[in-house]
Amino acid sequence: MSDAQSPADFDFEPVDEYEPVEVFDDGMDLRPGADNCYKCTACDTSCPVAEVDDEFPGPKFQGPEQWRLKRKEDVEIDDSIMSCSNCMRCDNACPSSVPLSQMHNEARGEYVENQMDHRSREYIRNRILSNYRTLAELGSKVPRLTNFVMGNSLVQKINEKTLGITSEREFPEFASQTFREWWAERGGAQIESDEKRIAYFHGCYSNYNTPEVGKALVRVFEEFGYEVAVPRQRCSGTPMFANGMLDDAERAAKVNVPEFKDLIDEGYDVIASCTSCSMSLKQEYPELFQISGIDEVSNHTYEALEYLRIYEDVEGALEGRTVDYPDLAYHAPCHARNQGLDRQAVELFREVDGFEIEDVGSSCSGISGTYGWKSEKYEKSMKIGEDMFDHMRHAKGTVGMTECPTCSMQMAHGSGYEIRHPLQLLEEAVV
Amino acid sequence: MPISEDVVVVGGGIAGSVAALSAAETGASVRLVTHKKSTLRHASGLVDVLGYTSDGDGPLVDPFEGLGDLPEGHPYRVVGEEAIREGLATFDEVVGDEYLGGHTDANALVPTHGGAVKPTARYPRAAAAGIASDDRDMLLVGFESMTDFEASLAAAHLDAAGVPFEASGVTVAFPRNFRADAKVTRFAKALDTDEDVGGRGTREALAATVEPHLDGAERVGFPSLLGDDRRHEVRADLEAYLDAEVFEVPMGPPSLPGLRLEDLLFAALDAAGVRISSGNKAVGYETDDGEVSAVVVDRKGREIPYHASAVVLATGGLVGKGIASSREGVREPLFDCYVPHPDDRYDWFVDDAFGDHPFTSFGVVPDDRLRPTRADGHAEFENLFAAGGVVGGANVAAEKSASGVSLATGVVAGREAGESA
Repeated sequence: MSDAQSPADFDFEPVDEYEPVEVFDDGMDLRPGADNCYKCTACDTSCPVAEVDDEFPGPKFQGPEQWRLKRKEDVEIDDSIMSCSNCMRCDNACPSSVPLSQMHNEARGEYVENQMDHRSREYIRNRILSNYRTLAELGSKVPRLTNFVMGNSLVQKINEKTLGITSEREFPEFASQTFREWWAERGGAQIESDEKRIAYFHGCYSNYNTPEVGKALVRVFEEFGYEVAVPRQRCSGTPMFANGMLDDAERAAKVNVPEFKDLIDEGYDVIASCTSCSMSLKQEYPELFQISGIDEVSNHTYEALEYLRIYEDVEGALEGRTVDYPDLAYHAPCHARNQGLDRQAVELFREVDGFEIEDVGSSCSGISGTYGWKSEKYEKSMKIGEDMFDHMRHAKGTVGMTECPTCSMQMAHGSGYEIRHPLQLLEEAVV
Repeated sequence: MPISEDVVVVGGGIAGSVAALSAAETGASVRLVTHKKSTLRHASGLVDVLGYTSDGDGPLVDPFEGLGDLPEGHPYRVVGEEAIREGLATFDEVVGDEYLGGHTDANALVPTHGGAVKPTARYPRAAAAGIASDDRDMLLVGFESMTDFEASLAAAHLDAAGVPFEASGVTVAFPRNFRADAKVTRFAKALDTDEDVGGRGTREALAATVEPHLDGAERVGFPSLLGDDRRHEVRADLEAYLDAEVFEVPMGPPSLPGLRLEDLLFAALDAAGVRISSGNKAVGYETDDGEVSAVVVDRKGREIPYHASAVVLATGGLVGKGIASSREGVREPLFDCYVPHPDDRYDWFVDDAFGDHPFTSFGVVPDDRLRPTRADGHAEFENLFAAGGVVGGANVAAEKSASGVSLATGVVAGREAGESA
């Protein structure tokens, strides 16, 4: 911590009290973070984009160095900020806890706001991609038709030409019944409890595309005696941060925060099944926005398996169990890694008999949400993922496992494997 | 049920990893908790035991012969020679044939990126062909724009150091055209995957760039960026193209040899069944009847107790943030252990930049079981043990003893914790 950040630690008055520099309109100040950077470049070494992209200057430049540069008024944000995939690995690497991803999010927001042509194809495309939920809500109203249309190669070519959305990828299929529809149909929570209560942040993907993950979560938590609530919610904001659409993200946060804050007051903790969603609520929300209750939401948010392992004897429940399951090639998403959750699935399941689970290494999958959907980023995304594909090919299992929806798209795309979520395995084992 | 193990080790560097392995060997269940990526990425990847005496004499041929001259209270004096040998044995087992040097007690002299020679006990196989006691002529190769390694300067320094061979240096353009400040990982990746450069692979293209400068040199040194996962293949290919032995010169941070060592250690932890939680910081502890009952970990806002019967503190020294200082004093920040230091902070250092600075040996004071002690000499906690840089009493930078201290104290602290759990 720099002296400037905490002069109160010392019993004398600081001589040169620095002028707080307003970077954020709402009064945030990144100066102490920039000062803490001692240029060791550990962040650059863990950046998956810098590893394959000759043009990308790396997180150290995007964060502290760019921050200093733009203190001069005639310097604009460098457009390479749009090549950062928001994997947030730099945060985890920095020995000085410089808030790198926060600086990147802020720089990207400023770039998109001030320097990007809002009528450009790129802007419109990014806006569409980052507001996936809006698309999904429409699409899932007529899932079979949407799946048919979006899976059509001509439509994909048109998307590529007009929008710059790659035609290389398989568009994720919409489920015939969304998670929320299922939840309403079953009549909501089946278990009541005053002590054990969770509010499920299902996010967009497990609602529209993989409701089986949401259902698994509900069944597993009910098995452990939890009362589950599924409040009204919007996108966590992750794809919006990654595209510099901070206004969109804030609008979504302004729906999510009060909804979950109210439940926290009633004794609920917030649980997400997607590690980018939990990352967003835990870390990015309080870093970027000032909304009443945002710190409580941050402090009460957990990833599902993380929560169970803290408060329940999951290991005991699995001890000596034999579960008939395929062998698994597990990939830890970057956003799980940054929350310290990269080892939990393998650690938990490797003692269970009936299948093998193998970690396929520490590389980033490369898709990073919307990143790998962009025509100009597609190849880079596949190059980053090559290491993971390679490890998957060498793993015993031919079924993949991960907590992140877009990592699972990338895993399936690069390997042809079917991909599951740890909650599905847990459901199989304990319910 | 809350998270609970027999032993929790805090810190993911060499000391913490070895302590965890050593504790696991006693049959205890072990969890290693580490906040950030370890300081191994700042390390050379060389594993030294003792290169110079406390008076600066050296380089020592046999590190074990220098032990007797160390000051009382030095971690080596506390744990003894046997523990150092056990630490090295554990290390050798972890790294297998990735490291050399275990065949002899004598120090090897390994050239550094500045052209100095460092006395070290174990060195990566990738660095083997570079050792300074070998009398074959050497060419060092640096790359334009890579300012961390100035090959001709390093060669001149080696010559001045009186090495028994002819060293020369050349700076060439890396065959793949990267941005001016490309990361070492970018170079390594290009060589690992042998990316195409004008119809041939990067490895062959690099060899072709270097070949005209060989001038009879039988070994060629590059900064340590010769691949990561496929490092041995990269070196073998270069050797075949150049018809000369190829080695890596250990570099400053961020250091690939350090990262590779971290991978080896973590693989060994996995194999030993040690659980690893990385990414969240240990911020406090809980006690029960004078003993540590849990280490408290901050999971992004929520403080979660990790229960344990015994705890090993292996959080590193000043660089690893295992020791903290402010204008008011020096302390061990996690358990608030006693760290002796002069009251006046102007007495923490001397004016000569390379002088004998008191701050270099700041750290917790261990008892004979490596438990941090209070000012009165009693253990702070019955079941808290310390290993590595957080232990005071050694000037590891001057002595070249950092890894050895971590290995030796790691073995002992881990075993003590495992047996008391």
